Amino acid sequence: MTDRRKVQQSGPVDTDHAQWPDHMAKLAESAINPTLRAFYQAGCVAPETPISEVPMVALDFETTGLDPDAHSIVSIGLIPMTLKRIYCRGAHHWILRPSLPLQQESVTIHGITHTDIAQAPDLAEILEEFLPAMAGKVMVVHHRGIERPFLDVALQWRLREGIEFPVIDTMAIEAHINPRRKLSWIGRLRGGRPVSIRLPDARARYGLPHYAPHHALVDALASAELLQAQIQTHYSEDTPVGDLWY
Amino acid sequence: MQAELIEIVNHLSRHEPFDELPAKTLNRIAANVEISYYRAGTTISDFGEPATDLYYIRSGAVDIFRRSGELYNRLSEGDMFGQFGLMMGKTVRFPGKAVEDTLIYCIPADIFQELWETEPHFADFVEIEDRTRLHTAVTKKGKSSELMVDKVSRLISRAAVTAPDTIRLQQAAHIMTKERVSSLLLMDESGPKPVMSGIITDKDLRSRAVVAALPSETPIKEIMSAGVTTIRSEAYIFEAMLTMLHNNVHHLPVMQGDEPRGVIGLGDIIRYESQSSLFVVSNIYRQQNVSGLKAVSKDVRDSYVRMVNEDANSKMIGSAMAGIGRTFCQRLLELGEEKLGPAPIPYCFMALGSMARDEQLVVTDQDNALVLDNSFDPAVHDQYFLELAQFVSDGLAACGYTYCTGDIMATNKKWRQPLRVWKDYFTDWIDNPKAESLLNSNIFFDLEGIYGDKTFTEELKDLVATKASKSQRFLALMARNALNRTPPLGFFRTFVMEQDGKQNDTINLKRRGTGPLSDLIRIHALASGSRAQNSFERLEAIASTKLLPNGSVENLRDALEFIAIVRIRHQATAISNGQQPDNNVRPEHLSPFERRNLKEAFQVLSNAQKFLRYRYQAPTGRHLA
Repeated sequence: MTDRRKVQQSGPVDTDHAQWPDHMAKLAESAINPTLRAFYQAGCVAPETPISEVPMVALDFETTGLDPDAHSIVSIGLIPMTLKRIYCRGAHHWILRPSLPLQQESVTIHGITHTDIAQAPDLAEILEEFLPAMAGKVMVVHHRGIERPFLDVALQWRLREGIEFPVIDTMAIEAHINPRRKLSWIGRLRGGRPVSIRLPDARARYGLPHYAPHHALVDALASAELLQAQIQTHYSEDTPVGDLWY
Repeated sequence: MQAELIEIVNHLSRHEPFDELPAKTLNRIAANVEISYYRAGTTISDFGEPATDLYYIRSGAVDIFRRSGELYNRLSEGDMFGQFGLMMGKTVRFPGKAVEDTLIYCIPADIFQELWETEPHFADFVEIEDRTRLHTAVTKKGKSSELMVDKVSRLISRAAVTAPDTIRLQQAAHIMTKERVSSLLLMDESGPKPVMSGIITDKDLRSRAVVAALPSETPIKEIMSAGVTTIRSEAYIFEAMLTMLHNNVHHLPVMQGDEPRGVIGLGDIIRYESQSSLFVVSNIYRQQNVSGLKAVSKDVRDSYVRMVNEDANSKMIGSAMAGIGRTFCQRLLELGEEKLGPAPIPYCFMALGSMARDEQLVVTDQDNALVLDNSFDPAVHDQYFLELAQFVSDGLAACGYTYCTGDIMATNKKWRQPLRVWKDYFTDWIDNPKAESLLNSNIFFDLEGIYGDKTFTEELKDLVATKASKSQRFLALMARNALNRTPPLGFFRTFVMEQDGKQNDTINLKRRGTGPLSDLIRIHALASGSRAQNSFERLEAIASTKLLPNGSVENLRDALEFIAIVRIRHQATAISNGQQPDNNVRPEHLSPFERRNLKEAFQVLSNAQKFLRYRYQAPTGRHLA
């Protein structure tokens, strides 16, 4: 299931990483796997960098469930972007062979079937393509409880070391913009509806088109567009990235 | 690795012109799209910025402005903008501003270029969409004249006034006075149904009846003009104007089938369009001396520029300019006859080259000759015709038609000869052809009698039409000469690419384009026995003979029209800028649209030349033996 609000926060604790560049540098020293080390060595921008100058990558995983310890990644969508432009030229979409069994329930959501994954590679086989695509960038996700923790667990299984990286969470931004999204009993009595911060609902508020959900690349694209709209509407191009990332 | 961007592909595939593109191409576009979100009120592209993308509106709405700031268009989902900047000049021509929160798919310039070059449907779409804007850019203003869109029938103010052709002179004058018309249509009523047999005008009554003091009982048949030039009621006013220009008539019966519905006069059209070429023509006829004509000649260029701005095609413009040129000749001949007295023997003043082909432009020299009656006696008559020729030639030069550098003018004794000598000339050219002499006499194969006894020039046309098609050696040598001038390979930003790989700064569109095209069209026309002189009419004649492979005639027509119109616009632009018009175009002054189409037109010419060589077994080699 991908109703991500229900997921417990896991992986690195957000508040530890106000200083991502230093942290990435330390991780580069301790990392053993060369691909991972190269990823950390690419570093990341300083927190005071204006958002308009930050190279980013919008990222989305489709998974067999919501628990990184119990479920697997079935597909990855990734698309590079800046505040001004989203670059389809650098887009990637991988279908992966999950190490844990595919459940019928998740098949109906993301549409990836047993036949699709029979020929698909394991995550380990695409890391050398995947990690460089993220290197040096700030990742953009809609709900940071999925991509970072799932990748962290998946790498611990395969490389015996996990992964950390800065993320901008478009769902958190949306929650921040709509602080009183849960209606009081009076509001509910008046027939009001709570403000949804789910990806399609958030997009609709910015006049962004409806995209069919649950395709990793489409969802990555959807988050990328949402971030552009959010920054232009509620922030400015000078907003430091440190105010936005986790 | 390129990932499939389903959402983008799906959306593109639902909107023109992408809906016609193959899936592979759509995937390639989607894989290169760059996406950008614009809040309502923000500028998407600003005037003068480099044009980097074609903007496709995924959602939202965008206002497009003119340079003046005036709103040009409002676009929404599935619409695109920015193609004009990409096609024309690489800078944004029409700024765009989001009026709603808008998501744009930016298609980068290199992908746009690729689509434009390889996908005909896409190219047509972006060009047609921008036709008005392209047109505006090329011609500076674009108000289409009513002459081009209104039908002749609009000008008819009353039913045609007719009378049986058996009436007498005075009766005719009486009817015209009573009906207050300046022309009367005469009907042959001897058959079951009346048929128009002639026309008589006020001017005819003056010049043919009163001057000659004819008795009032003279049968009208004796002085009416038979073989009346008419026009169909569904023709455009512009066509009526060209018909008047070409045939030098001021009254044109408008026909519905076989029946005259009304008559339109020169004045009707001039009232309709006071700056038309007919206005220039009627002004020419009013002039009493060369200095008057010289003054009128200044209006010719204005009339030319106006026609270009009104989107007239090259045939219209060529005909109108040739019509004006002929009128100058005719008026000068009338003035010459007034000065020197009536001609001692019948003669015909013959136009050659572009004037005869009805393809004249503003930069032109005079090519003419005199065909005299066979009773010509040099000792007795030649002084008169020399003086007449000199008068006309000097007059034409004063009016802007420069002397012919090749001395193909009636002032040259060689080209002032009786019909019998002319027949010998043509017979010799056709039966004993020599490449070099044909190079000089080429121009005589475009001929038209414009004043005097036109049966002389008709006889010459008959001779050519009968003989030329039978002389393979003549056709082969004409073909060889026509291969001397080749088109360039194409254009790049600042230079002309020649077929041998050399580069030039400019191209002469006449010498390298319209010239060789009309040369090769002439040869096919001669081979098919056609009597037509105009290149487009010759192409029609060729089309009916199966002389050329399918589709070739259409390609040649398009190529000629395109090169001609670029040349015409180039000259009109020069005139508008106060410069001397010429035929030399610099590639950087052409739009990508023009460059691309010219390149195609030259390709057509090049292929047609290859076919010409093959068809007439023209000796190879570009140099004369």
